[in-house]
Amino acid sequence: MNASSIDRITSDAGEVDAVTLKITERTKKIATDGTPVDELVVNVGPSHPSTHGVCRVITHVDGEIVTKAEPVIGYLHRGVEKIAENRTYLQVVPLTDRLDYVGSMYTNWAYSRSVERLAGIRVPERAEYLRVITCEMQRMASHMMSLGSTSGDSGATTAFIYSFDIRERVIEFFEDLCGSRLTYNYVRPGGVSMEVPDGWFDDILAWLPIARQSLSELDRLFFGNHIARGRLKGIGVLSAEDAVSWGASGPVARGSGVNWDLRKHDTYSVYPRFDFDVPIGSNGDAYDRARCRLFEVYESMRIIEQAIEQIEPGPIKADGIPRLIAPRPGDAYDHIESARGSLGVYLVSDGSPRPYRMKVRSPAFCNLALLPMLAEGHTLSDLVIVLGSLDPVFGEVDR
Amino acid sequence: MKINELREHLCAQYPDLCPLFSIEFGDGVLLVECGQLLGAASDLRDLGFDRLGMVTAVDRGETFEMVYRLTSRSMSAGIFLKCEVPRDNPVIQSLTSLWPAANWHEREVYDMFGIEFEGHPDMRRILLPPEWEGYPLRKDYEDERIIHRPDYI
Amino acid sequence: MTGYVGGLVFGLSGGMVIALAALFGVWWERKVAGRIQMRLGPTEIGPAGVFQALADTIKLLLKEDITPRQADKKLFRVAPFLVFTPIAMSLVVIPFANGWAPLDTSVGMLFYLAVPAVSVIGILIAGFSSGNTYATLGGIRGAAQMISYELPRTLSVLAIAILAGTLAPVEVMARYEWWWFPVSLLGFIVFFISSVAELNRAPFNIPEADSELVAGYFADYSGIRWAIFMMSEYGGIVATSYFGAAIFLGGSQGIGGVLGVLLIFLKAILLITVIIWVGWTFPRFRSDQLLTLAWKVLTPMALVQIVIVGVIIPWL
Repeated sequence: MNASSIDRITSDAGEVDAVTLKITERTKKIATDGTPVDELVVNVGPSHPSTHGVCRVITHVDGEIVTKAEPVIGYLHRGVEKIAENRTYLQVVPLTDRLDYVGSMYTNWAYSRSVERLAGIRVPERAEYLRVITCEMQRMASHMMSLGSTSGDSGATTAFIYSFDIRERVIEFFEDLCGSRLTYNYVRPGGVSMEVPDGWFDDILAWLPIARQSLSELDRLFFGNHIARGRLKGIGVLSAEDAVSWGASGPVARGSGVNWDLRKHDTYSVYPRFDFDVPIGSNGDAYDRARCRLFEVYESMRIIEQAIEQIEPGPIKADGIPRLIAPRPGDAYDHIESARGSLGVYLVSDGSPRPYRMKVRSPAFCNLALLPMLAEGHTLSDLVIVLGSLDPVFGEVDR
Repeated sequence: MKINELREHLCAQYPDLCPLFSIEFGDGVLLVECGQLLGAASDLRDLGFDRLGMVTAVDRGETFEMVYRLTSRSMSAGIFLKCEVPRDNPVIQSLTSLWPAANWHEREVYDMFGIEFEGHPDMRRILLPPEWEGYPLRKDYEDERIIHRPDYI
Repeated sequence: MTGYVGGLVFGLSGGMVIALAALFGVWWERKVAGRIQMRLGPTEIGPAGVFQALADTIKLLLKEDITPRQADKKLFRVAPFLVFTPIAMSLVVIPFANGWAPLDTSVGMLFYLAVPAVSVIGILIAGFSSGNTYATLGGIRGAAQMISYELPRTLSVLAIAILAGTLAPVEVMARYEWWWFPVSLLGFIVFFISSVAELNRAPFNIPEADSELVAGYFADYSGIRWAIFMMSEYGGIVATSYFGAAIFLGGSQGIGGVLGVLLIFLKAILLITVIIWVGWTFPRFRSDQLLTLAWKVLTPMALVQIVIVGVIIPWL
């Protein structure tokens, strides 16, 4: 696959031996003012410290300025949608873990909601609360990953460690809850898989003030830094119109001032019962996107506190769900707000116990499509910042 | 917005689209002829469905069912736009002129189903390598690596 | 003949000193960085992990020395030494004790500023000969950066040269008076920032930029040649810190013997620690921001420093 992709780029630059490709491949291009530009092709990825997984960006640079950046995706394509056609509805849940591996709870939940809509399953209230609590904690963990890698991309290693400190604690809570640190398989059609351990809620409530403190420490350490602001401000500016027409969602759209959060505006589950705000940016640059993520973590903490206060004992699984869910023929789509945007799962049933077709509407896939537009005209150093600010998770992009 | 209000709104604005509207699992579905797709999508965009959520296809045997998910911020609602493409001649208009977001989605549908999009600026495979043969999400796709599980599981 | 033998012995012992300085520098950096990041740093090998760097060096010596196929072989192999030698040479004029430097010459400061600047050629050669786009970009970035920062660095040292009336670091240390520090503070800041930039240390590690260019000009090096790049980096840190401590902070302040050696060592360690602290905390500059800082901020600041000193001198 790697070699063939190299062929793909050499085909538009003439026949070049793949080994000497890196240094010899230069394309002659005429700039708008008529002067010839000597471009160098830098192959960023698929194995590169700042591509957040296995993204390859074929970057044409004129000196340091990126004239064209073309993402090549698919290195992590596992054909989950095809595999799902061969599994029963419950067997697909672990597959969804592997999609957004930074936020497995979301894909679990989005898929479960689609199945529940298709099969007409009503979820008990306690399970809905547990889903909200775990998913908001997941949002904290996922945003900490994103903020950490933004600071890592810009060279601030200590801010990276600080944000992973918070993420690590969240993951330890998940480990206590369901035994896994990354692929939880926790939210399932009809409810959640396990009741919380004793004292879990108290531990979270005791930890949240500490997390707030370390978060504001991180805020001062990274966003309070003059260099960091200089690196992030004005980079990869996305206008609100473009954000809408390119289908961007999540912090990428909200950083551009698009006030669109499914939790608030197309609300689902028990979210209407909570009091929280949706942070909106104004400039649409990497800085605003990162700030949106930071403030969303604070909002998530508010939601978790309210949810733990409101949750009441009760069943955590819906009654009478058969091992083999065989919904009536039809198709259903349901979506939730994941850390990256609106994550939807489209399911088609033909009446058999297996989905006839599953399609994951991946927010990271839509957001990543913006990369060529946003990176053009910036320097190579900003390319990694722009890529990081889109926060792609390649398990979800490639599926 | 409730689904019935959406239907009324749609019928008031575009009476010719009204008979094509149906409700399935609580979602509005607009089933159109593939020739009218661009027009209907443009009408829906003017109605307030300003975001193209996803584009996908379903292999229905003789035909491919194209599924477009549109969402509206002003109405807080989503709608499906569907049309049937014949299997022997899978060509359909591209929506890239209305939404640039359609670019990668349509490339993915081309990659997985082999449906060609007319007017698409960059019709190539996106997830699979360029020399891949066949279209994996078609039901008749064969590969020795696919394990067909028995029915009782 | 004795001159050659003496030079050889001298050079070898100088190399040993640099190697030791690099070992110590690596250990100290990992310890300090660990503390900054809520970690312990190395703990296993030796007391407080002090031999960790030695173990790493042995590992690096045993690693295969790979020359990439597309590299210009001769230049690729010689480049690390072109970077290392000038920096090793610059250590020769550093006054490590009161009234003593390995080479006590009347143009010591000039020597110190001029000789390490030659290593930019090594960086450029390393970048180009690797035959790798990352390395090429890193080499070009390194050249642009080092040439830009040469000017403010040289100008900042000029203030002290005017105050002391000499270019010999040993003499400067002997004549140092406490009020030089506030007078030359601006120059010290310029010297410190541009030295960090000259050493390609974070936040100025744009040529190596691990998150963009992977490792920049030495991306394709491995084993001992890579270790030589690292040694020149740490040797540079030690040299810069000692030089800054001697010139701007008064060095041993006229105290002879072991106490004086210890005093200048502590001042140098302080500067090394600040370099590490800054490097692990701050994000990296972008190359255009870096050049803006050099030409629009640091160079005028250095000129202002010279004017300040020039105004003060007639009143003495």
